[in-house]
Parts: sequence; C-alpha cells; structure tokens
Amino acid sequence: MRLNLLLCTVAAVAVAGVTLVQAQVARPQTPAPQQQGPVEVEIDQGVIRPFQIAVAPFSGPNGSQVTTVIGDNLRRSGFFEPMNPSSFIETGLSLQNAPNFPQWTQIGAQAVLYGSVTPRADGRNDFGFRLYDPYRQCQLVSYNFTATPEQWRRISHKIADVVYQRMTGESGFFDSRILYVAESGTGLNRLSRLAIVDSDGADPQFLTDGNEIILTPRFSSKPDEIVYMALGKDYSRIYLYNLSTSRRESLGEFDGQAFGPRYSPDGTKVAFSIIRGGNTDVYVMDLRTRQLSRLTSDPGIDTSPSFSPDASRIVFNSDRSGTPRLYVMNADGSGQRPISRGGGSYTAPAWSPRGDLIAFTKSQGGRFATGVMNADGSGERQLSSSYFEEGPSWAPNGRYLMFARQTRGGDTNLWMVDLSGRVIAQSGYQGRGSDPAWSPLLADTPMQLGRAQGPDSCPS
Amino acid sequence: MIAARTLIRLTAVGLVVASMAACTRRPVTPAVPNTPPASDTGGPAYPTAPTGPIEGNAGGAAAAGSAQEFAINVGDRIYFDLDSYQVSPDAYPRLNAQAEWLQRYPQVMVRIEGNADERGTREYNLALAARRAESVRNYLIERGVSAGRIDTISFGKERPIALGSSEDSWARNRNGRTALVSGAY
Repeated sequence: MRLNLLLCTVAAVAVAGVTLVQAQVARPQTPAPQQQGPVEVEIDQGVIRPFQIAVAPFSGPNGSQVTTVIGDNLRRSGFFEPMNPSSFIETGLSLQNAPNFPQWTQIGAQAVLYGSVTPRADGRNDFGFRLYDPYRQCQLVSYNFTATPEQWRRISHKIADVVYQRMTGESGFFDSRILYVAESGTGLNRLSRLAIVDSDGADPQFLTDGNEIILTPRFSSKPDEIVYMALGKDYSRIYLYNLSTSRRESLGEFDGQAFGPRYSPDGTKVAFSIIRGGNTDVYVMDLRTRQLSRLTSDPGIDTSPSFSPDASRIVFNSDRSGTPRLYVMNADGSGQRPISRGGGSYTAPAWSPRGDLIAFTKSQGGRFATGVMNADGSGERQLSSSYFEEGPSWAPNGRYLMFARQTRGGDTNLWMVDLSGRVIAQSGYQGRGSDPAWSPLLADTPMQLGRAQGPDSCPS
Repeated sequence: MIAARTLIRLTAVGLVVASMAACTRRPVTPAVPNTPPASDTGGPAYPTAPTGPIEGNAGGAAAAGSAQEFAINVGDRIYFDLDSYQVSPDAYPRLNAQAEWLQRYPQVMVRIEGNADERGTREYNLALAARRAESVRNYLIERGVSAGRIDTISFGKERPIALGSSEDSWARNRNGRTALVSGAY
C-alpha cells in the first residue's frame, strides 16, 4: 500500500475529527498537479494515524542508540509512528532470517525494520539492516553501511533516510545539518554566535565566539561551504567560511553595506544586497572572478535574493510598489515581475530545492506566518502562523521548512513545519536560536534501494 | 488598521515630544545616551527612567566637544514612526542642534546608525533601517554638515535599546543614532 494512499485513506475514514486545529490550513485552489514523484500528501482535517513501523532493537555496539536515533527521526517526520517495543512478540531478529510475519501483523506493524552493528577485522563496523512488509510478506530494502564505529549516529540518519525514501518515494533529509544563530544572554546583553547542529538536534557546535552579531547563515550546494553576515561594533561584513578547513574570508569591501547573501545552486556565485545612499539593490558576485553585477536598480528596497534550483531565476523581496512583495527575475536581472498577490507584507523568500514552490514570511494584521506559493505566485497557502516567525529554510527534500519563532516578549526557537501544515513542532534542536539554514544531504543516499520501483512497492 | 497605525504614530510622536520637553526642562539629563523618552504627564513610566530631581556640579559636567557632552546636551538619537523613514518634524530641533554642534567642532566625523523594531523580518529591516540612517544623513547635509564627514550603517533590528514587546519599546527601537567616530574630545 502506498504511503500517500494510506494516509489519504485514513483521513477519509476519520470523518469524526473534522474540528482539528489544522482545519485552518488553507487549501490550494486546485489540487496540485502530481510531480514525477508520487507524494503530495495534503491532509488538513481528520485524525491522522501515521504509519506504524516496528523498529526492532539493533544488535551490536551502539545498537540501542542506533535504534533510538532512527525511531526518533522517523517520528519527527510525522509520517511514521514507531511502535512500542514492549508490544513486540518476536524478539531477537537476526539479519540471517526474515521476520515471522504473523507475529508482526498481529500487533499491527505495517513495516518491520531490524539490523545489527558488526565489528569488522579492519576496525570499522558493518551497519546492516532489513525492512520488511509483514502483510505482503516481502522485503522492501536490505542494505549495509560500513563506517568507523564513532560514526554510528551519522549512519543512523542514513538508515532512517533509506527507510523514509523507500516508504514515501521521495528522498530523505535526516542526514543533514542545520546552521543557526545561537542566542544567549538576556535583555540588551544578548550574545549571538554562529552554530551548527545535526538535523535531529544532536551535537550543537559554536562556529564563532560572540564578538560579532551573526545574521543569515546559508549553505552552498556543498554542505561544508557557508556564507553569512556579521555586524561588528562599527562594521558590517559578509563572510565565506569553509567548515572543513575553517578558512574564513570576507566576500569583499563594497561601496556600501552588503547583506542578505545566498549562494547560487552550483556554489560559484553569491547573490546579495548592497545599500548605497540609503537604497538597497540586488547584486551577484562570481566567486572565481570576483566580478560584481548589479541586478536591480529601482529606488525601492530590493533584497533577500534566492535562486531557483536550476539557477535560471531569482526570487527576491521588493517594496517598489509601496509594500514588500515577492518578485521573480531572470538570473541576469531581466524580466522583473511581482508574483505575490495577496495583501500584507511578503518577505524572506526561499526557493524550494524541488523548484516548484517558494516559501516566505508574511505579516498581516499584527501576526506573522510561514507560507508557500507556486513559483508563479499562484496557490498561496499558509502553513504556520504565530505572534512572530520568520525566515523559512527548506529541508533538502523540499518537504519541510524550518523557521524561527519568537514568543511575545520571550525567546526565539527553531520550528519545523511540513508542506501539509500538519506537522508543526519545535525542531530537533530545542535551544534558543534564529535564522536556521538547512544543509543539503551530507552525502547522496544510495539510489538503487527500490526508489525506481515506486514507494513502498513489493518487488514483483 | 489605519486608525491603529495613526494611534501608534501619535504615540511615537508624543513620546518624542515628551522626551524633548524633558530635556529642555532639565539642563542635565542622566548621563546615559540611551535614556528612554520620559513622560511627565502620567503616561507609562519606564522603570529605568529617573523621575526625581537631578543635581549637577561643574566637576561632573561633560567636557565641551566631547561625545558625552554631545549625547547629553544635544541628544544622539531621533525616533521614527512605524514603517517610516521620514524625519519627523518632532526630530527637527534635535537634528538642528546636532548640525550646529558638528559645525562648532568641524574635525568630528560621525556615523549614522539606523535601527528598526523587532516586528519585521531580518533582511527587510536592515534595508528599512538603512533608509532611516540616510534620512538623518541627508538632513544634516542640508543643514550644512559636509557629506564627507557622515558615514552610515544599518543595524536593522539587531541592536535594540529598549526591551520588551510593547508599542513603547518598538517606538524607541525605531531610531537613527548619530555616533561620533573621531575628532571628539
């Protein structure tokens, strides 16, 4: 059974729960055309029962931790509900054997994941696993990662990605990291530091010492290259920073204050804004030649450029019409036209890595919302709203957005929402932070794991 | 909505007027440049705003031509209305005084810092606050300060001077500050 069909079926059955809060999520005006991928899970009503998956305890070194990380990842996605292990009838599953299917269907497991961590002669570990559908009694995927023992957490994310990919038909996002601005201190003595954390909130690390105010970090298409802005006491600068080599350099000195940097999809250019004489325009710099090109030249504010994934277009923010709206232009600055259609202020656009949607922050009537629209401005819908939230950043699979949400008079934290608006939760990292930027996948997930067969299909 | 905005604007104007009234009444305001606009008319009081009488003596007076004297006798910040970067008429007296002071001390170089409140997204606020800094710069140039002496920088919403999520705090955080960079005693 395909996962999207499953979810939709459940939604249709659950007619009783029509009063859920999620009912406020706006529907697209027309059903979104199916992309080549299968999943467009659009559920705004009803009690959703996520996919029941049994994650059996992995054996071997770090096995229980691997099990926990995988289960937590799958739960956070909103698509899966890892079952309570105390309900398991069959225990001691071994990679040498298939599960005893009736013992899993009896407890309602729609999928069974099990595996083991096995030390090898070369000092590395094998992380082997199998995923079965106990109802159709077929193996959905079987794979083995080999890595040094201390990489168990990373491998856990990759296993979770394989499961997510196999069950939903779209690529995963767990093997990724989040750049953010860590906030500490109180009141007017706030400390701001650039930080990075695993997608599930583990292992946060500071990358700057707090002498500068850090703003708007962003990843290149390579997960070890980033760009961010820093405010010193009397200066403002854009830095390029390589996380592997710790090499940090200024993007350059400009005739005017530069801010709002974003990489082009291939990482060879950075688009950003420069303020000259109080007017803000969008520029792009070729990182190899250091040649600067001006893309906008009207007297309004033009900022927050974000490339389409094919690099042909840029969405940006402009108030040339009076209020801030979203505009799209070709990558050379030609063909500038507004796309946002509603009232209120639209800012902070971010083009989806799938290319189909643009996320943004919208403020209207004293509240702030996170929404998405098609690249031509149609089909706008709101995914989340609160007293204050801003700056959505896309997960590498284009299914989730992370953004910063501030409570009135309180702290700012990182939140996550999925495209249906159904999964709204604080991100894995629960500390104070703003300006999240989601990395690409740290490495490609193996592609031969049944994706071409369609999601959740049994091999024929 | 319009009414609300007008109200906010009036509130902000009132605060600025009140703060200037407070300044003219007292030759020496507290030697903290970030003094909130105090209200003597029964409006909300800031916990940090001293209301008692203030005494001074020659020993404590700021040296003429110093950054301290500029902040105390002239005032380094002017305030802006919501979503606005126009210099409000209420700010003219202070900016006029800044221009006169700068002409008295022609070796002083300044940097205008533009600031925004927290009710906007980060990058748009940087651009908005830059317009405020430029408005102050242009005003000072019109009043005779040479353009080469005035630099600008936008801090967006990153350097608030007032805490809290209230209209009063937001009004105070929408400002342009004239910072003395060099040449002051």
